[in-house]
Amino acid sequence: MEYNKPIPVVDSDSEPFWASGLSGKLKLPHCSSCGKFHYYPRTLCPHCHLTDLSYKEVSGNGTIYSYTVQRRPAGNEFKDDVPYIVALIDLEEGPRMLSNIVGLAPEEVAIGQRVAVQFITVSDSISLPVFQVQK
Amino acid sequence: MKNNTPVIVGVADLPLENGKFAGGENVLQAQAKAALAALDDAGLKMSDVDGLLTSGVWGLNGPGILMPVTVGEYLGITPRYMDSTNIGGSVFEAQLGHASLAIQSGQCEVALIVYGSAQRSARARSFGGRPTDLNFQYDVPYGLANPVGTYALATMRYMHETGARPEDLAEVAVSARRWAQLNDAAFKRDDLTIEDVLNSPQICDPLRAADCCLVTDGAGAVIVTTSERAKDLKSQPIDVLGFGEAQASLLVSEMEDLCRLLPAEMSSRRAIEMAGVSLTDIDVMQLYDSFTITVLLTLEAIGVCKRGEAAQFVRNGRIAPGGAFPINTGGGGLSNMHPGMFGIFLIIEAVRQLRGECGSRQVDDARLALVHGTGGYLSSGATCILGRA
Repeated sequence: MEYNKPIPVVDSDSEPFWASGLSGKLKLPHCSSCGKFHYYPRTLCPHCHLTDLSYKEVSGNGTIYSYTVQRRPAGNEFKDDVPYIVALIDLEEGPRMLSNIVGLAPEEVAIGQRVAVQFITVSDSISLPVFQVQK
Repeated sequence: MKNNTPVIVGVADLPLENGKFAGGENVLQAQAKAALAALDDAGLKMSDVDGLLTSGVWGLNGPGILMPVTVGEYLGITPRYMDSTNIGGSVFEAQLGHASLAIQSGQCEVALIVYGSAQRSARARSFGGRPTDLNFQYDVPYGLANPVGTYALATMRYMHETGARPEDLAEVAVSARRWAQLNDAAFKRDDLTIEDVLNSPQICDPLRAADCCLVTDGAGAVIVTTSERAKDLKSQPIDVLGFGEAQASLLVSEMEDLCRLLPAEMSSRRAIEMAGVSLTDIDVMQLYDSFTITVLLTLEAIGVCKRGEAAQFVRNGRIAPGGAFPINTGGGGLSNMHPGMFGIFLIIEAVRQLRGECGSRQVDDARLALVHGTGGYLSSGATCILGRA
């Protein structure tokens, strides 16, 4: 099925991140100097500003920090999706990600719900991490 | 006071009809007319302007490119100081600080801060079409309609942490409308109740249409010079007593605490300290109201009330006409007008209040004003303290 929504313009910061989901794993940059993960991927660690970075797998589990239900689409490409849930996910490993909560009715989403990552493959090199509430 | 103390000597905004420029002006025409009107207000001529500060989202090759050069060229002036800071709607509070520094250091003597937007006429406002490269690649693919989406995420978290209710957010919108009803120039002047806000169309939960600022055209200009130069001018000078600016992040995922408006905390502390005043001395505040939540977060960040208490603070008409704490006396971005970057109109309204020109919406004996702009997606903040000598 053709994917018609906006897709990331991959660069060398983001390439391993968007590709990681193709094998069903969520990988984020990790700093061996300060020991912290970060998101979104950068060429320096935003915590300690050093550059000893490598991609490592994370659990893909987290909790919903906040969410909104889009009653209006963010452009025509999202028109068929409304209402849809956009949420901020606090991963167990620390970083916060903006993503979608899928497979859940808008009236059932709540702050604090535990979620787990899933992937939507949108091209040969990009798999979008999205999240599902853990039952 | 030193002779080169920066003072505001002219302000003007362009009249709108149904939220659009009455004469169908483009952004350059609109800025020229606003600039001429502000100079006339001051008793100065265009040829006196030697500093030019402007910002916007129009222009060649995308937003911001060569903006002061384009405006200066159109106006027929060659300023020796220019600034095109582009940090969202707070930029004009930041530029008032920059103009003040330039004037104090002798880089220029008469600074023109000017802005124009024809976004309503041009139907230029859309949630779609944002780039998906650089940092936006992590955001746009998930369909968050910005800026409203970011403010909705903050509102949802704020309600979760503080127990604030939709009615409390609505109170901010209703207060703005009551001020607008005292302002002949305001776009939205029909009655608005809490129930009307709660029944307005859903946009991004929990924000509804009436929680969101208007989409209008708009142009405004502010003239800043030295107190020495102002002695010979016809207008009542308004002192720029303090200013500060700060930034946090663009992407909402980078914001550590969605209930804490860090840029406003930082910039307001700096401005208040520089002015040597206390928060309780302020007679009137103009606080950027892009969305109802913006006002609540700003009240807490500035220190008007404690964290989590702003919803309670605004209840029962406290910030409305006749209330104990007047803010956004022109009707704000929620009911007066909002051309995309509203910050310059906050300064204009504050100056008019301090001059005592506001008629039925005039705050009694307003001598000291705080103006705070918030730009981007809760991204940047800038504060100015203005006073009548």
